[in-house]
Amino acid sequence: MTTATTSTPNVTGKPAGGNLRFYGVWLIGVIALIVLPMIFSSGGSLTSFSLIGIAIVFALSYNILLGQTGLLSFGHAVHYGLGGFAACHMMNAVTSHGWPVPLPFIPLFGGIGGLVFAMIIGWVMTKRAGTVFAMISLGIGELVASSSLILRSVFGGESGVTTDRTALPKMFGWTFGPQLQVYYLIAFWLVLSAVAMYALTRTPLGRISNAVRDNPERVQFIGYDPHVVRYLAFCFAGFFAGIAGGLAAINFEIANSAYLGAIQSGLVLFSTFIGGTAYFFGPILGAILVTYLQLGLTSVTSVWQLYFGIIFIGIVMFSPGGIAGLVMMHRPLVRAGTLWTVIPSYLVAIVPTAALAFGVILTIETIARYSGGDAINLFGIGFKPTSPVTWISAAVLVVGGAFVARVTWRRIADAWDRAATVARDRGYLA
Amino acid sequence: MLELVVISTLNGVLFGMLLFLLSSGLTVIFSMMGVLNFAHASFYMLGAFFGFQLTKWIGFWPALVLAPLLVGAIGMAVERYGLRNTHKHGHVAELLLTFGLAFAIEEIVSMIWGKSPLDYRVPALLDFPAFTIFSTNYPAYKIFMLAVSIVIFVALLVVLKRTRVGLIVQAALTHPHMVGHLGHNVGRVFMAVFGVGSALAGLAGVIAGPALVTQSDMAASLGPILFVVIVFGGLGSLPGAFVASLVIGLVQTFAVALDGSLASAFGPLDPSAGPSVLADIWNVTIAQVAPIVPYMLLVLILIVRPMGLMGTRES
Repeated sequence: MTTATTSTPNVTGKPAGGNLRFYGVWLIGVIALIVLPMIFSSGGSLTSFSLIGIAIVFALSYNILLGQTGLLSFGHAVHYGLGGFAACHMMNAVTSHGWPVPLPFIPLFGGIGGLVFAMIIGWVMTKRAGTVFAMISLGIGELVASSSLILRSVFGGESGVTTDRTALPKMFGWTFGPQLQVYYLIAFWLVLSAVAMYALTRTPLGRISNAVRDNPERVQFIGYDPHVVRYLAFCFAGFFAGIAGGLAAINFEIANSAYLGAIQSGLVLFSTFIGGTAYFFGPILGAILVTYLQLGLTSVTSVWQLYFGIIFIGIVMFSPGGIAGLVMMHRPLVRAGTLWTVIPSYLVAIVPTAALAFGVILTIETIARYSGGDAINLFGIGFKPTSPVTWISAAVLVVGGAFVARVTWRRIADAWDRAATVARDRGYLA
Repeated sequence: MLELVVISTLNGVLFGMLLFLLSSGLTVIFSMMGVLNFAHASFYMLGAFFGFQLTKWIGFWPALVLAPLLVGAIGMAVERYGLRNTHKHGHVAELLLTFGLAFAIEEIVSMIWGKSPLDYRVPALLDFPAFTIFSTNYPAYKIFMLAVSIVIFVALLVVLKRTRVGLIVQAALTHPHMVGHLGHNVGRVFMAVFGVGSALAGLAGVIAGPALVTQSDMAASLGPILFVVIVFGGLGSLPGAFVASLVIGLVQTFAVALDGSLASAFGPLDPSAGPSVLADIWNVTIAQVAPIVPYMLLVLILIVRPMGLMGTRES
């Protein structure tokens, strides 16, 4: 699971030990999914886990495009939403016709919904990659989102299509009324889709997708058509996004036009990129973090989306590999045993960086709450948005923090360079 | 009917010229730096909000000059401190940076000015009907908007085609390295172009603000149409952007004005016996379809002519 999805073969480690570790990581993941709801059994945390599971499937499907094939899509939620609508209509059809299709199979129909649309629209869209693809995906996204409000009989207009998950035929006596059972259904599909998507990266198609991302011209020279490869990757991404949409439809028992919209497309892009696109586990980290922040921040501040934007800009500018890239950067240092030389400079940098972040948060909250006049409660310290004391402390924190933090960041860079040089000498860093 | 045609043509040309104020900057920035500036529509929105705020403080006419300058300065800062540092990570990172910026700007604007529409009024000096045509009063402010866009259009043309600066910009479009070797500061040229492009977007915002709605979602609703315009016209082609702006402006204005549907045109052939999806399509009016018309044009042009109307390159 921690293997890089670049096309370099993994030569480190003995095959047997590597295998054991590889399956171990997956096994730990599965056990964690089973055990989690037993430790955190409150209704709120079950709902959060379900949402995170859906977000992970969605983000992984997005990474088939962005990370594997190098296609930047601004309209991925289209497949997610259409999958959701397909699942809802299927559930209603099963209920009214009395077909023997139990609920656990419904996400498959969501996936088919996403796949069918990807197959129809994909051929035109994937003709070109890069910026043009990005813009076309944006246009298609807007087209579908606006059309969904016009075609009322299919999309249910503003209110959407509702359904009842408990009315379907039962399986193993589960009614899927309680959130716990829905969670396990989502966890099951999460594992299934994650394994399938990981397997996809190992297939020749997955490999040639990487090649299309890196150098489409050479791919043409060796006899493949990059357009076909992009199209296939697009279809797979649409299928898994549809599964995520189907899971969402089961979880919320509704599908509406918000599923298809630009906000949903933006969120999946944020999760995937913040997590890191170069590693398979990157989008998983990103989806967990973004969903968790989204759930946690909405109750604390009204401008939580602004914090997302700032985090995203920060990642794009300073760490384009995302969180996964940051973590994996340390692997050669750990192997070479030089990580301990970097840690002291990290510890030094924490204080001014935290001060800077604190100042930025204080500034934003002061502006956001200035007219309302609600007090700001930051880590137990109360601030009044209208008092000059708050303004001055915010300014001091931002300016002072930024000034000192820059110095400490430079120290980190120096320490890092020294550690990396040693690691390179010992042969752990290319 | 004639009245509808004349008024809609005027409005359509006006909207088209406004789109061109935005798409011209976007196109030049794109062909020069390879960056598709997602935040371009956000600069337009910033222009409208700055225009509103400055109008409140110092009046409309100073705001008309100051707000675009402010927006241009912000644009230059974005290029200098954001894009230039991100350039080494490739075009996707640059595109994502502007995407994040667009997101952040929208949040900041709604944080400061709120989410509801602002009361951004037409200046009193221009608040009278310019002429009456078929019993419809055409406001003078719209004529003013049209005049401003045409003046900017002509000025842009003259600068690009007739001056030394325009020569350098044109050269940097295709051969940035050669221009650098000749001793020009390409980085500064990029920054200036980005600044001017943003300032034009800001100007469009200031003059469009009173006529259209000034609201924190105006960037999100205009941005995608802007991309349709530059893809439709052909990426990197300024004449293409001009034609596409007018086409999209006219098509959308006419679509909003027309109140027909398939049902009203072919009444007796009602497919009510068929599935309800058909009935939906049958009964929807052209005005209701107006928001998706640009995107349908986009799909159409991509199938028929993937490089756009006047584009020369495939990607």
